[in-house]
Amino acid sequence: MSESGIGAPVRRTEDQRFVTGNGRYTDDINVAHQTYASFVLSPHAHAKIKSIDTKAAAAAPGVVAVFTGQDVADAGIGGLICGWTIHNKDGSPMQAGGHPALALDRVRYVGDHVAMVIAETLAQARAAAELVAVDYDILDSVVVTGKAKDKDAPQIHDEAPGNSVYDWAIGDKDAVDAAFKAADHVTSLDLVNNRLVPNPMEPRAAIGDFDPGTGGYTLHTTSQNPHVARLIMSAFLGLAPEHKLRVIAPDVGGGFGSKIFVYAEETLCVWAAGKIARPIKWTSSRADAFLNDAHGRDHETMAELALDKDGKMLAMRVKTVANLGAYLSTFSSAVPTYLYATLLSGQYNLPSIYCEVDAVYTNTAPVDAYRGAGRPEACYVVERLVETAARELNLDPIELRRRNFIAEFPHETPVIMTYDTGDFGASLDKALELGDYADFGKRKAASESGGKLRGIGFSTYIEACGIAPSAAVGSLGAGVGLWESAEVRVNPTGNVEVLTGSHSHGQGHETTFAQFTAARLGIPMDQVSVVHGDTDKVQFGMGTYGSRSGAVGMSAISKAVDKVIAKATKVAAHLLEASEGDIEFENGSFSVKGTDKSLAFGEVSLAAYVAHNMPEGVEPGLKEGAFYDPANFTFPAGCHICEVEIDPETGTTEIASWVAVDDFGTIINPMIVEGQVHGGIAQGVGQALTEGAVYDADTGQLLTGSFMDYCMPRADDLPSFTLGFTETVCPSNPIGVKGCGEAGAIAAPAAVINAVTDALNIKDIAMPASPATVWQAIQSSTKQAAE
Amino acid sequence: MPTVSMTVNGKSVSGEVPANTLLVEFLRETLGLTGTHVGCDTSQCGACVVHVDGKAAKSCTRLAVQCEGAEVATIEGLANGADLHPMQEAFRENHGLQCGFCTPGMIMAAVDIANRHGGKVDEETIRHELDGNICRCTGYHNIVTAIAAGAAAMGK
Amino acid sequence: MYEFDYHRASSVADALSALGKAEDGTVISGGQTLLPTMKQRLASPSDLIDIGSLDELSGISADGNGVTIGAATTHATVAGSGDVNKAIPALAALAGGIGDPHVRNLGTIGGSIANNDPAADYPAACLALGATITTNNRSISADDFFTGLFDTALENDEIVTGVTFPRADKAAYMKFANPASRYALVGVFVAKTGEGVRVAVTGAGEDGVFRVEEMESALAGDFSSAAIAGISVSSDGLNNDIHASPDYRAHLIGVMARRAVDAANG
Repeated sequence: MSESGIGAPVRRTEDQRFVTGNGRYTDDINVAHQTYASFVLSPHAHAKIKSIDTKAAAAAPGVVAVFTGQDVADAGIGGLICGWTIHNKDGSPMQAGGHPALALDRVRYVGDHVAMVIAETLAQARAAAELVAVDYDILDSVVVTGKAKDKDAPQIHDEAPGNSVYDWAIGDKDAVDAAFKAADHVTSLDLVNNRLVPNPMEPRAAIGDFDPGTGGYTLHTTSQNPHVARLIMSAFLGLAPEHKLRVIAPDVGGGFGSKIFVYAEETLCVWAAGKIARPIKWTSSRADAFLNDAHGRDHETMAELALDKDGKMLAMRVKTVANLGAYLSTFSSAVPTYLYATLLSGQYNLPSIYCEVDAVYTNTAPVDAYRGAGRPEACYVVERLVETAARELNLDPIELRRRNFIAEFPHETPVIMTYDTGDFGASLDKALELGDYADFGKRKAASESGGKLRGIGFSTYIEACGIAPSAAVGSLGAGVGLWESAEVRVNPTGNVEVLTGSHSHGQGHETTFAQFTAARLGIPMDQVSVVHGDTDKVQFGMGTYGSRSGAVGMSAISKAVDKVIAKATKVAAHLLEASEGDIEFENGSFSVKGTDKSLAFGEVSLAAYVAHNMPEGVEPGLKEGAFYDPANFTFPAGCHICEVEIDPETGTTEIASWVAVDDFGTIINPMIVEGQVHGGIAQGVGQALTEGAVYDADTGQLLTGSFMDYCMPRADDLPSFTLGFTETVCPSNPIGVKGCGEAGAIAAPAAVINAVTDALNIKDIAMPASPATVWQAIQSSTKQAAE
Repeated sequence: MPTVSMTVNGKSVSGEVPANTLLVEFLRETLGLTGTHVGCDTSQCGACVVHVDGKAAKSCTRLAVQCEGAEVATIEGLANGADLHPMQEAFRENHGLQCGFCTPGMIMAAVDIANRHGGKVDEETIRHELDGNICRCTGYHNIVTAIAAGAAAMGK
Repeated sequence: MYEFDYHRASSVADALSALGKAEDGTVISGGQTLLPTMKQRLASPSDLIDIGSLDELSGISADGNGVTIGAATTHATVAGSGDVNKAIPALAALAGGIGDPHVRNLGTIGGSIANNDPAADYPAACLALGATITTNNRSISADDFFTGLFDTALENDEIVTGVTFPRADKAAYMKFANPASRYALVGVFVAKTGEGVRVAVTGAGEDGVFRVEEMESALAGDFSSAAIAGISVSSDGLNNDIHASPDYRAHLIGVMARRAVDAANG
């Protein structure tokens, strides 16, 4: 392995600009003659709009324009869309209500967009927004997931009777019911997967611009997938034809899913820029981000696992109610279905699984994909069930897992997945060793002598990354294909630009992709630059989410590199007067087998561009593109072990240690991969211990609307992590990579709660297991014990 | 409109700004120093941390007019020409950043930690001292490593 | 933030004059609470009168009886002060735990107590130590100063100039922080001074900081955590929010008080 070869912990190229303050995020950009937008947001969870009076706002100092939902509707601009149609059990398509970018006659959650005020300065826009007088007729609201379908719950969309978006199911119900009847033991859990606010540190922002000279629009925006944003804005909203709309997502400060979606604000900035023929800038406040960024999770689940007397798993039965909020966000419908229930088999041989999902509307912010998207919810169900079953059966939780691990691949689960490869025992073994499991008893005793309760929790997770192939997802209701594109442009002097449809917002693609390409071409890494995030530069791309950039995005690059090498080999053979079959390409050099004749990569590229001496029928130049549509998902898996220490007097839980052993297949840059795991674990620990979005059940107000009330994990909430890796090479893509971005967030919540319940010796505890919640649980169990 | 004058990264600057202009707005909008970021509105996240008269401060919770005559240091002024400051180098070397958004505030806070605690600052102290800086990407693991390394390098 | 006129006061007298002239003026010192409030458009003073840089309000002096801290002295300065660490180490430790390092560099003791946030730390120290708050025209005992939620005995034309803390024989502050905001969910300051024992609680009460007299009596007889182990604080009048129930807060008062006594006893 060379210093920058595949597998080397190469330091990141992008860091030079980030550590010096030279990153260029959307809010850092100013366009000449720009105006500023401020939005009037609904203060009510559910209300009819009787009237909107914009006169005072329009007359306020500096105001350029005020727009309402009627203005947008009159312009023929379509509503925001959900790009994945889920079908009900009876085969009918889901019941989707409309989502106008600015509300027309009704607001459906606190934060719903009511009017857009554009002024010369931001202060003027904000001041004028306060002058927009909206007369509301307040309606009853429902925010609690499990109450959305109550008979007396208010109806949120006319199109969705009973607030039902869909009732969906997967698996063989009859087989599962029969297995439960025959089971020796049934473990049941009622689980809540708490609602989370993604909170990337960079708030969303947009600058819409219109060039009357060309009729072209430009949008700078905080997007994880600028091409998809452009496609939706063009094809469904009708803002501008694709070739007249350039979407640029420059440096983006984290996304975690929340920046996949097309939101009202950037849409309106594009549209209104055309109306006023001036650029419009909007930057979200954190307060608005809490209200309007799509939230994550929010499931209520009844889960059951049937086992025989030896602890062999027989069947799983799951019933989930998923809260999708007041409107269907871009990919919301797929999250609690195909990204969730399809992972319920976990790492286990489960003969049958049946899962029903009822998705509901509530008067809350839209819920969509957040780091892990469905898979953390699935892992939580599976790993909580398994740990609980072990305790009930008086079996070591490790032993129960081992008895049920899938050991042969490919393995078809009862919920449509085909696991291609893995070695679940290997990652478990390594984690036990790294975590010094043998001495856990000693550590528990030491904690106890200090008045603390110690617990250990396991999470042997599996997830599915790089959702694909396109034809398969299409058959399941996806509105788009999930391939990726890449272009490798070799310049005459031999340096290379890699254009990718993936988008980096922290993942380090500029490094990993350059490292990969440089290694493949045998040239120094600084000879490769990576271009992403601009629809005018990159032809098309599906963006970055679902841990797809390595497995899908880099595979597209790999294919394009193959084509470049193939063409360069032709040119080299011609120049070296050898047959193509005799050319070897190694370490950046084309040589003729068995001779000392060779040409460097740069010499061949120059020859291809000078084109004085090309082989017959070969075009000049050296630039190749590829579209890569994977054959299957990839299946990262591993074992996380969490140890907690609880102060029973205060209820405070400290993460005493964390061991994670992950199998991500081939790893290009271990430093970056480890960083992804760290961050994922932190978000998973956040879900388990500190984070939870809470709406007031009566008023529908968001009670956790700032960092003062929504607890983001801080440095002193977390330990240093011990990481290890095992490797089964992924057979489904040319590189052998799996995907690492979400594993931590998927594995962690179950590991933490398994540890907390172990420490407290209780069956279950709600997330987040805050000090107050833990203390309450201790009180309840003490009281129970006394009775 | 009040005129405010201060020294930013060693240069004298002045501008006419409304009294309600925050220091971070003055830096970003008036001076074009966009390295200092805004990640929240409640003075929690620390993306806006700069040094005012040698001490770490949240530039989102300070008015520009309050900084009349002050010496302000931002992330842009940390490196010595092409040479990164040891703390910047430590963040790069230890992968102490991912999306980079919290990084300027994090590095300015880190330099402040090193200034106060010296080169042998331990992990627990570093984690405690990061109370006012939130990172959503890294899980802090590598930030803590970077600060320890950066502080040690600054002490040399 | 709404618009306002800004005045940098040249003296306390100048500040008072500006305050008198302003339609709805507010004094700003460190601004670490006021500015976030104004940014959220929850406060809209016509004028901000800045006393943060007045030398006459800054600084710490100590004598045999205790320490006097100027109103514009920052939390970081108090935390690092040799005089305070020597006279009342618990007070220095409390100051070193307010907010975060950046907030401590700007936030001031005068601003903290004049604001009387129910979750602020300083009010507990003031009340437990029996501090005297000095303003431009009088001295007010801590018992009389903190009158309710965000409410103090300060008149509209009055500015806190300093706080005098009597030396304590034993003292400690234990804070159980709100996990999100890091403000006190429950903070208990226990002090044994020449005047007796006091136990002051912040963060928990609906009306702000308060004393727990039952604990004080018990500790007066026996300054040990065992002496208060059997005392349960009523949850009546305690805050109820998404972070903690009144029962949990009541329980934490007991835990923090016992830990504070243990810490005070070293």
